Amino acid sequence: MANILEIENLTVSFDGFKALNGLNFSMEEGELRVIIGPNGAGKTTFLDIITGKVQPTEGTVRFKGKNLKSLPEHRIARFGVGRKFQTPRVYLNLTPRENLELSCNRTKTVFGSLFRKSSSGEKLTVKGLLETIGLVGKADIKAGLLSHGEKQWLEIGMLVAQSPDLLLVDEPVAGLTDEETMLTGDLLISLAQSHSIIVIEHDMEFVRQIARKVTVLHQGSILCEGSMEEVQNDPRVIEVYLGHTDEAA
Amino acid sequence: MEKMLPTLPALNSKPPKSARHDKETIVLQLFNGLFNGLSTGSVLLIAALGLAIVFGLMGVINLAHGELMMLGAYTTYVVQNGFKKLGDPWLDTYIFFALPAAFLIAGLFGLVLERGVIRYLYGRPLETLLATWGVSLILQQFVRSVSWTMVIGIALFCLLYFGAIWILQKRPNWGQIRNWAIALILPLSLGIAATVGVLLQNTKKAAIVRPWFSARNVDVTAPAWLRGGFPVGTIQIPYARLFIIVLTIVCVAGLYWFLNRSRWGLRIRSVTQNRTMSACLGIPTESVDALTFFLGSGLAGIAGCAITLLGSVGPNLGSNYIVDTFLVVVVGGVGKIVGTIVAAMSIGTIDYLISSQTFVPLFSAIEPLKQFFEFIGTSSMSKVMVFALIIVFLQVRPAGIFPQKGRSVDA
Amino acid sequence: MLEPPDEPKRKSSQSKKALAIEAGIIIGLAVILIFAMPAILSDFRLRLLGRFLSLAIVALGIDLIWGYTGLLSLGHGIFFALGGYALAMHLNLQLPEGQLPEFFTLYGVKKLPWFWEPFSSFPFTLFGLVFIPAIVAGLLGYLVFRNRIKGVYFSILTQAALLGFFNFFNGQQKLINGTNGLKTDTDEIFGLVASSPQAQLAFFQITVIVLVLAYLLCRWLTSGRFGRLLIAIRDDETRLRFSGYDPTGFKVLVFAVSGALAGIAGSLYTVQTGIITPKIMEVAFSIEMVIWVAVGGRGTLVGAILGTLLVAYARTLLSEKFPGFWLFFQGALFLIVVTALPDGIVGWFRDGAIVQIRSLLGIPQPVSTYPSLEQDPEIEREREEIGRS
Repeated sequence: MANILEIENLTVSFDGFKALNGLNFSMEEGELRVIIGPNGAGKTTFLDIITGKVQPTEGTVRFKGKNLKSLPEHRIARFGVGRKFQTPRVYLNLTPRENLELSCNRTKTVFGSLFRKSSSGEKLTVKGLLETIGLVGKADIKAGLLSHGEKQWLEIGMLVAQSPDLLLVDEPVAGLTDEETMLTGDLLISLAQSHSIIVIEHDMEFVRQIARKVTVLHQGSILCEGSMEEVQNDPRVIEVYLGHTDEAA
Repeated sequence: MEKMLPTLPALNSKPPKSARHDKETIVLQLFNGLFNGLSTGSVLLIAALGLAIVFGLMGVINLAHGELMMLGAYTTYVVQNGFKKLGDPWLDTYIFFALPAAFLIAGLFGLVLERGVIRYLYGRPLETLLATWGVSLILQQFVRSVSWTMVIGIALFCLLYFGAIWILQKRPNWGQIRNWAIALILPLSLGIAATVGVLLQNTKKAAIVRPWFSARNVDVTAPAWLRGGFPVGTIQIPYARLFIIVLTIVCVAGLYWFLNRSRWGLRIRSVTQNRTMSACLGIPTESVDALTFFLGSGLAGIAGCAITLLGSVGPNLGSNYIVDTFLVVVVGGVGKIVGTIVAAMSIGTIDYLISSQTFVPLFSAIEPLKQFFEFIGTSSMSKVMVFALIIVFLQVRPAGIFPQKGRSVDA
Repeated sequence: MLEPPDEPKRKSSQSKKALAIEAGIIIGLAVILIFAMPAILSDFRLRLLGRFLSLAIVALGIDLIWGYTGLLSLGHGIFFALGGYALAMHLNLQLPEGQLPEFFTLYGVKKLPWFWEPFSSFPFTLFGLVFIPAIVAGLLGYLVFRNRIKGVYFSILTQAALLGFFNFFNGQQKLINGTNGLKTDTDEIFGLVASSPQAQLAFFQITVIVLVLAYLLCRWLTSGRFGRLLIAIRDDETRLRFSGYDPTGFKVLVFAVSGALAGIAGSLYTVQTGIITPKIMEVAFSIEMVIWVAVGGRGTLVGAILGTLLVAYARTLLSEKFPGFWLFFQGALFLIVVTALPDGIVGWFRDGAIVQIRSLLGIPQPVSTYPSLEQDPEIEREREEIGRS
């Protein structure tokens, strides 16, 4: 299968500090990849690079074979990369339905949004998504009134509504209850059937639930890569991240 | 800046052009341009310094900053009048007493502003902008119409209102009666204070009714040793301008020392960089805010004191400078004093060079360019040009000369 | 919590009904303003009301850019003045062939400056007073927004731009009569002297109609997907980028529309004032425009209009009776609106003024929670029990 994402020799430095250092990474289409690593390993910067929020100092990022260099965020997003932020970011003064509609909309130009009505297909998608994320009852109150977990789910819903080829999910279960975490895991696994997904997460239990292949980042480069089993038993990973007694488990 | 240029007739008049003096003239002109740019820039800098640290720390643009400068200027006026009564040997030293007085008065007012209004609006920069504009309007009108009647009225209101609240707060059921009490006491004390004010006004006694300053401009005479200038060739370097440059250097150095060497400076810097983290480490961020605001406002007061040397003092004094100082902050970027210094000096120099038509002789060969530089070579047109240049500059460096980098930006 | 099956239908018929009521109210008010007001008010007062209504058009523009999109422009005076100058230039050119407006002779100008020429045509003037401000706004907006300059930076830059234009207009005696500005009162338009009661009545009626049209335009822009995008820009612009939208285009368009509205308002204001001078571009006036919207309630179109009328009326009243007091009042208004009434009058009424008044008077509140909880029988019962005890 073709590689959906290919990153070569990527370096990002902020005023001399190298957040990412000579990183090489590739990922196949349809893969669900989990990235773990200690704080400051460069995980979020990694996503920033893919989504165009930060420009690489060196190296290339190829998505579906296309170099993403100096493309603005919205183009990359339209090209098929969706991102969920670490803290849930939804439009607080719009309702969940409107939030989803905005993401679902296919014509994202100024005049498109002025003159085009949303199609019945889009309305159906939104309705289906509202059911999936369990917000049917709260579809028409302001998103600012939702709980933290509901916002997390709404943002995942918005991501799906965008129907990207690659989903970047930054700490989707931070601040969720165990049950919500389980459900989120199931949701991601079911999404993985039709999308390529990168998940960044600290919660090892959750990682174990969803992971097929895990990449460990450390100090801006890849420490090791492999199945959950391999990674867990890698002495370097234990050294820098997991700790000697497997306390995360 | 509009006001500064007319005070420099000696500098603006072009040296006589004769073939023999050509070389000397060019050197002198260059020196002249540099000095004036520096001088304009240092006025901008001293005015923008306070604004920059407040903006850097809290992201608050204080539209009343110009009015704090005005307060400093009026303080200088009052101090000078006091020293006039003391007589000659003292009179020329008034400026050294006016500077700290202006710092204190403006600083204290800033403190009141921060504690009373701005701290409720953190995280809402646009609202803060509007609220401080409201304060600036009130201050402008206040100096126009302040008189003993008004002061007595305000004092009476404060006494009645806050006194009553203070007494009632001691009652055990304060929580229940709070809204009622305020709804009752506020109009009551307002009414009493207003009535007393009107009664006093009707006594028509000049001493208490007459406004202190009135809407007209007042003049502060510079001390004798700051009048005149230092001759260099055919031009003169006014002492007043030299004094301002020195004062600016002292202020910058003092601020630098305070921020980088003192305990509270360290706290200010830490809150500037990461407010939440600082709060977690036990830094009293509220006190840091208040202190910074006091400092920033005090610097505005000093700036106000300094510009009394350049022209007369009026209620609109602040608004003449305010937009330029904002631009300095925008161009300089957030959180670094160096940026503010470079921005102030560049804007000052460019403004001076354009408005003094220094470029006109350079382009005398190319007619359209010469016409263009003549067209923009007035003090008002140079501002238009400076703004256009800033817009161009921001296309290249949107976050100012020294932008912050890293993930924390625009999180 | 499934919706009843007939919900969508019921909703659409409800919203149709609401629309019909709104349309009725607008038409009713417009008819009253157009036909009844001229009969009731003196010529002077009618002119005043006309000016207020034209200010309300700017307020709609400010509401669009600030209330909905969250960008605080402190430079709308530019666009207001551009519109005003466009129409004033046209009126100044209503002269016999070959003659120049009077002020030109004072400065020894013999030939009409080139940019005056097109304004002798009325259609061009109409076009110009809408599109010149719109283009200037769009250009300024583009240069600022494309660099993602926002927040207070945007506000400061608009203010600086305002000062730039102010200085430019003030300094150019030979082009546009500098500080003295352009008078329109003695000029003729379609054979009527601009200050005559007939002409003023016509201006007033046009103002009302334009206000209605401007309201409808803003209503159309803010409802529907475009409006929701504006709110999304206000809430979280960065998020919007990652959803595949480019906020720059939206912001430029809104700023341009807002500028065009200000331009139209400026032209109507000018002919009902009789003069336009660069003073209209003073820093204070442009910030005052913001307070109109803030008082009425930003993010609500009715609020913008209402706020303008209230504040402008208060201003006239106060500066007639106590000239020194107006600035105190305005300053206090800024403080009060920002600290105590962030959503303005309309927002206050919408978000439960009644509840607040009750609490001020010490009357206990009915408890309200999520709509789903409201219908929960168990909670109903608990509430009754609490009520009884």
